Amino acid sequence: MTRCHKSALVALLAAVLLAAAGCGGDHPPTDVVLLTHDSFAVSDAVRQEFERDSGLKLKILKAGDAGEVVTKAALTAGNPQGDVLFGVDNTLLSRALDADVFEPYESASLENVDPELILDPDHRVTPIDHGEVCLNYDKAWFAERGIAPPRTLEEVTLERYRDLLVVENPATSSPGLTFLLATIARYGDLWQGYWRKLRANGVLVVDGWEEAYTVRFSGAAGSRGNRPIVVSYSSSPVAEVIFRKPRPRAAPTAVIEDSCFRQIEFAGVLRGARNEEGARQLVDFMLSKRFQEDIPLAMFVFPVNREAELPREFVEYAVVPRLPLELPPDEIEANRDRWVREWTDIVVR
Amino acid sequence: MGSDPSRLWRTATYAVPLAFLALFFAYPLLSILERGLRADGSLASPLGVLTDPLTRDVVWFTFWQALASTALTFAVGLPAAYVLGRFAFRGRSVVRALVVVPFVLPTVVVALAFLAVLPAGLERGWIAILIAHAFFNVAVVVLVVSTFWASLDRRTSEVAATLGAAPARNFREITLPLLAPSLAAASSIVFLFSFTSFGIVLILGGPAYSTIETEIYNQAVRIFDLRAAAILSIVQLICVGVAVWITLKLEAFVVVGAGPRSERDVLRKPRTSRERGLVVGALGLLAVFLGVPLAVLVERSIAVGDGYGLDAYRALARPTSALLATPWEAVWNSLLYAGAATVIAVVIGGLAAFAVANSTGPRALDVLLMLPLGASAVMLGFGFVIAFDRAPIDFRAAPWIVPVVQALVALPFVVRIVAPTLRAIDERQREAAAVLGASPGRVRREIDLPIVGRALAVAAGFAFAISLGEFGATVFLARPDTPTLPVAIFRFLGRPGEINAAQAYALAVVLMALTAASIFAVGRLGVRRGWV
Repeated sequence: MTRCHKSALVALLAAVLLAAAGCGGDHPPTDVVLLTHDSFAVSDAVRQEFERDSGLKLKILKAGDAGEVVTKAALTAGNPQGDVLFGVDNTLLSRALDADVFEPYESASLENVDPELILDPDHRVTPIDHGEVCLNYDKAWFAERGIAPPRTLEEVTLERYRDLLVVENPATSSPGLTFLLATIARYGDLWQGYWRKLRANGVLVVDGWEEAYTVRFSGAAGSRGNRPIVVSYSSSPVAEVIFRKPRPRAAPTAVIEDSCFRQIEFAGVLRGARNEEGARQLVDFMLSKRFQEDIPLAMFVFPVNREAELPREFVEYAVVPRLPLELPPDEIEANRDRWVREWTDIVVR
Repeated sequence: MGSDPSRLWRTATYAVPLAFLALFFAYPLLSILERGLRADGSLASPLGVLTDPLTRDVVWFTFWQALASTALTFAVGLPAAYVLGRFAFRGRSVVRALVVVPFVLPTVVVALAFLAVLPAGLERGWIAILIAHAFFNVAVVVLVVSTFWASLDRRTSEVAATLGAAPARNFREITLPLLAPSLAAASSIVFLFSFTSFGIVLILGGPAYSTIETEIYNQAVRIFDLRAAAILSIVQLICVGVAVWITLKLEAFVVVGAGPRSERDVLRKPRTSRERGLVVGALGLLAVFLGVPLAVLVERSIAVGDGYGLDAYRALARPTSALLATPWEAVWNSLLYAGAATVIAVVIGGLAAFAVANSTGPRALDVLLMLPLGASAVMLGFGFVIAFDRAPIDFRAAPWIVPVVQALVALPFVVRIVAPTLRAIDERQREAAAVLGASPGRVRREIDLPIVGRALAVAAGFAFAISLGEFGATVFLARPDTPTLPVAIFRFLGRPGEINAAQAYALAVVLMALTAASIFAVGRLGVRRGWV
């Protein structure tokens, strides 16, 4: 019996190995693999244009949210799942760089990019887009009650805005974490005092953006929520216009510019990439005007290439904050866990 | 050995499932655990995590909420299992199909529906967690127990009644022992699902609650402390192993009754008004419990501005940048994956059920089969990334890895549903057939298969539903950009804008309809093939 059992196991393994070996080979790669997060999107036409110009098939591999993608890249450093990683942002950048997952590559197209967005002087990562996490408010809610909406982070703690704010838990949500970083960037060591005031003023904490925005926030179309201020993105007002039928003349929601924290998303050539040449071509393409102009309506963030023109909807309804809040990535990496723990003690317990 | 087909068959029944589990479960999981424990180079410090009061609280909460969720699930599900297992009535197979619908829905969608339905104050916290777990898992109790119940000969309890046993005593001393294997099977599955619950705990529990599974995710992905995640994963595996061991003991406790019967001989129409009242009452309870949150989803899918309309459904035919495809392609992808996963799960799980039901078979296989339900999904997902990373087993981007992992989660269902029925087959029936000259193969074909056919069909339906709903580690696999239904729902829900939210709910309704239809179709197939 035991002998049978063993031989069957060996036979099965052998079959699997043979089948897998048949697929390997030393042909030059005809494709390039983009490892990215679940929110990545690109228009079909743009994708085809890359494939036509480069002669490479673009394979897209989605590996979870940004945190999961970076974790997987770190686990496979040197023997990556793809050729290019897109979607690491400034809150996760240090983790990826510490794990040594990237091969430096300085794209010629970087000359069109605002140098402020290039956070890694060694060019292990290349900025592709940026967006801001901001407080959004429901214009109609405030207009109906004759109350002026808050204009600054500080004003949100005022008595007249009691029980109006809903935020995401920074331990479980990316915009939630980013908003916590915004308050730390603004108040420095005094950030805990700010959150104590928010708590005293009735801030509601929920698990994720989906619940905060679509269920609790009064300004989202179709929502029955009763909180007119929410942590969301600077592009959310645009979405409220273009996904509503009929389209409203003005955006029903607006952004509190003072609260915005900048998120920059980067791409990088993965160290050990099977198709390094194709990977570089892909990074170049992602910086090209064609791809950059596709970004806003595909992913609801802003291009980094100064030559890229924004779609009409973005010009009309989106706000790009002039002086968004920022923190250095290594400071974020060094303190993130401690900040989240301290935040939990202050706001949740 | 090849000359003895019976022996070859017996070897295959456990060698094939064992090889499958070793390659696609044990190997990747052990790889990631090893990597995690090795991370700091020091093995001395697991104590730090184990003695942390936070760990103790998390383990305690995980345990008691899973036990309480299982109890609540049985309270809601058993009455319905009883009427479905004893009575024939019009619409019975429709009820059996509808009850599976909640089971496949993405947790985030259901959680959002619950937030809308539960009264203020109850909407968040442990009560909401228990109610949601019961909502998801009641299908397991209803289908597993009623399928088994419908194979129990009525005459046993009728004889007892004739001999003067009161209904309560009759139930306690006759029915309950007879049902024990299926009760154990259902409770082990419900317990494991509640034990490793993730999305429900995050959303409905609120920031103050965490289970071992959510803490593993937190450590592995947010804090990037793989060592703590690995230690917690081992704690979780041990807890799950113990729980599985206990329920397996119970499940093997077979009271030899009169042997399993075909449903056709067991089910009868409710005769008295009391029986009719029971049917209406039990199903009514179920309908309210399951129906209200589902109705909210349907309502959300047709809400347009201040009125109602089918805009969201019409929009499903258009390609969208959220998916790089039309949502209907996601439906098609889901069906393909689910079909493949069902075939794998039924073939391998069916073999394993024979091995498990054979009392001389190895118990280790039995426990190992259940562990995929209790292993941390996120760690298993990471395990795949590092275990299958080199030729010739570089499977990391292979599209077939998705149905394989779905089958891993569906396997325990197939085994738990089929094995109790197989065990209950009266050995005398087989012996009689053998004496009359039937070959072992023919005995399997003509005695075992017709009786387990029904159970296999139910198991296949579950496997299909599980794959449609994308359970466990598939969420954490890197996958080519072929969106499935649950992926599409997440994608839409993650974007602001009215039509996106409505499309997410519309796709949830499509998922509900597909699930009900497939379970119903499997049931019909069973009837046509004469299994019922």
